[in-house]
Formats: sequence, structure tokens, C-alpha cells
Amino acid sequence: MTSVYGPATDWATDFDHADPEYNKNIHKIWDDLKTSGCPIAHTDRYGGAWLPLTYEMVHEISYDTTHFSSRSPVVGQLKPSEIPDAVPAPVGGVPPISSDPPFHAGARHLLLPIFAPKKIDPLNSVIREFCHKLIDDMGDKEFVDGAVEYAQNIPVMVVAHLLGFPLEDADQFRVWIRSALEDVGEAREQRETDQLALADYINKHIDQRIEKPGDDLISYLLNAEMEGEKLSREHVFGTVALALIAGIDTTWSALGSSLLHLANNSVDRRRLVENPSMIAQAIEEFLRAYAPVTMARLVTEDMDFHGVQMKKEDWVLLPFPAANRDEKEFPNAATVDIDREINRHTAFGLGIHRCIGSNLARLELNVAIEVFLERFPDFEQDTKEEVKWSLGQVRGPRKLPLRIVTRT
Amino acid sequence: MRVHVDSKKCQGHNRCYALAPEIFDVDDYGQAFELNNGVVPVALEEKARLAVANCPEFAITIEE
Repeated sequence: MTSVYGPATDWATDFDHADPEYNKNIHKIWDDLKTSGCPIAHTDRYGGAWLPLTYEMVHEISYDTTHFSSRSPVVGQLKPSEIPDAVPAPVGGVPPISSDPPFHAGARHLLLPIFAPKKIDPLNSVIREFCHKLIDDMGDKEFVDGAVEYAQNIPVMVVAHLLGFPLEDADQFRVWIRSALEDVGEAREQRETDQLALADYINKHIDQRIEKPGDDLISYLLNAEMEGEKLSREHVFGTVALALIAGIDTTWSALGSSLLHLANNSVDRRRLVENPSMIAQAIEEFLRAYAPVTMARLVTEDMDFHGVQMKKEDWVLLPFPAANRDEKEFPNAATVDIDREINRHTAFGLGIHRCIGSNLARLELNVAIEVFLERFPDFEQDTKEEVKWSLGQVRGPRKLPLRIVTRT
Repeated sequence: MRVHVDSKKCQGHNRCYALAPEIFDVDDYGQAFELNNGVVPVALEEKARLAVANCPEFAITIEE
């Protein structure tokens, strides 16, 4: 697997967020850029993209839906205007994440009740039981992969449950998600083949639910109305694709990064083992410090943005994880402090596109970490093997070698 | 002390509800609102301040 663009040569002027070095060294890259006086990096790759790094700029772009469109939240080699059958703004291919006002509000409103805290709380016991089963399946192995054997499985189970998809298809989902989110720099043909296979899979399930409705998100969407009209097939399809792609490797990444932190910070780990009631606050700090998700926007018209000349249709990466490490907003931002009580982090975005699954993600993270610490009160990173980081806009460990020291 | 959630600014992060469920609740859409007309008992003032300081959207105001 090699990028069509080759390795990034300079992080300020030729950055590539899908270069394997980027996610691996992300904090150093951002710090170097900021100290060298470059808070907005640029690249000609992907048809031109910007990377603003301060909280102030990320905040400003998040709220400015006039100049920054959400039509394509993942940077690709082609702009939506170069893709013949791309769904136009303000709807976009995967509503509501790809939607702009005024369409966005209605598309989001009909999904909010599905993901409201009181609606998802009952999943607590389902997730807990599943986490215990994953740990049971590890047997008495001393060395485990915290990403492959634990983190990656939990959100797949939850999303499959939500969509009424069989859990046996989980490996296939991960192939498609990797293709959609990580392989953005690869030759386009393979990604296009994967996208078609994913579309076939989703369409097959939509047809089945039309025939025989169930108690799942697809059936809900098929019944739902916006302004008195049923949703278009395209809209249902896009939202199902979104639920599948956005809900899995994001949570998997946050969970993996949190476990990696706990593997390497025995004081924090021991405190959480002894005081599980501290886990919720610690997770907010892990979400701040290791936020997995960077979104993308498209510039809607030529403009000056903090001294750089952005052109219509330029990509703008919206690195919430970089905003979370801005010293102006978060004192001692580089320090991971599980006692941090005031933590207005932006891991789930800001403004109208706040991650709609944030309550579900938090529930999964809390339960998964509680269970892991309960079953494995002492574990450490297995430094003989390397941690493998994801590529692209969602950052997290894809291989997380751990040594289990004690188990209960 | 009184608190108020600006429903136009609230995006449903639910930080206030998680931190201070005695003071805030959420509706069926996950939107937050203040309980008890926003009146905060003295014993809960610290919790209210914490909730305000953790709202990513700066949607909660406090009157002392």
C-alpha cells in the first residue's frame, strides 16, 4: 500500500495527513509547526488543503457554515465537484454530517432521539456483557492486542446492533471503513471497488427492511418524515453509510489510545482501579488529549483566513485534536492530567455538527475501560512489538501490543 | 445562584447533565435544560460552576 503522492516532504508546505509518519508523530509535528510560526499548514496534495492548528481557528471554522461547507467531511483526491454523481450541497452524500444549513437541521433532528442519553443508557448492560466476553476469549494469554482483540470489536457490535446487521460481517465492515477513511492517498480504483461493495451491502439491507421492517435504525429511517415527506432512498442510504463508517473506528481509536495511556501510566491506572468513580472524568481527559477525529470542510468562496488566501473548493482540515492541545484554552495542554476538572474539550466537535453519537461513544468508553481495569488491574505496553497507528483523519492504534500482568 | 441553558447554543454535548444531574436534565432529543427554574441550592453551587465551565458551546450562564 503506497500513497499516490509519496512521502510528505515538509509538514508546513506539503503535509499529508495520510502519511504514516503523521499520526505516529502528530504532537511533535503540530508543536514544531506552531513554534516555527506556522499555525496554518498547507499542501497541494488532494487538490489543495489547509490545516489550521489553534483552538481559535478550529472554533471559528466550526461555527462558520457559510464559508466552510460540510459537503465532504473526508478529504479525498477528488473534490465533490469532480465526482459526477456526488449528491450536491446542502444535503451531501452522508446526511447530516455532510449537510449544510438549511437542510442540516431537519436531517439531524430526526436522528437526535435515537442517540439521546436516556435512549442509549439501556445498552450499558449489553456492552458490559460483550466486553467481558471479549476478555474471556483472550483466555490466559500473557500478550494480547488491545486494539484487535478488544477495542475494535466493541463499537462494531454496537453499530451492528443499531443497524440490525449481523455481527459476523464485522471483518467486512472494517475493510470498508479502512478503505473509506485510511486509504485516501491510495490509487482510487480499489477504493471505488470497496465503495460499490459497501453500497451493495447497504442497499440489500434497505430492501430487506422495506420488505420486513425491524426494530433498527434502517426501519426507523424508512418510516421517518421531514417536513411531511418520507426521506429519499438516497438520504436513507447516506445516513446508514454514515452510521456504519462514523461510529466504529472513531470509538475504537479513542478506546485504544486510552488503553495505551493506561498501559504506560501505572499511577493513573492504579488510581482508576482503586476508584472506578474517577473513570468518567479521566475519559474526558483522554478524549481531550487523544481526540481521534479531524473533520474536513470545503471553502465556499475565495477568502482571507488569518492571513492566508483560501480559494473556493480548497479543503480545510478541522483538527479538533489540535484545538484540544492549545495552551491558550487548556493550561498545561501537553500534560495528560486525569484530575483536570475544567475540560471544555472539542473531541466531539463544536456547533451544529457535534458528533451525534457522542453519548453512545462515551457509554462505550466508560464501560469498556471499567471492565478492562476490573479484569486486568495491571497491564503494560509490550515494547517488543510496535504500536501501529491508523492513517488519515481518524487517529488511533490499530495494533496495540499489551502484556497482561495480573488478571481477575 | 441561578443557571440558564441557552437552547439556541446547546448542541447536546450533555456535559452539564453528566456532571450535575441535580441541576440539569435532558429532553428526548438530548437537549439540556435547567431544573427547578434554574435555582441552584447552595450545596450544589460548586457543581453548577463545574457544569458551566465544561460546556463546549458556552451555552450556560450563571447569575449569582
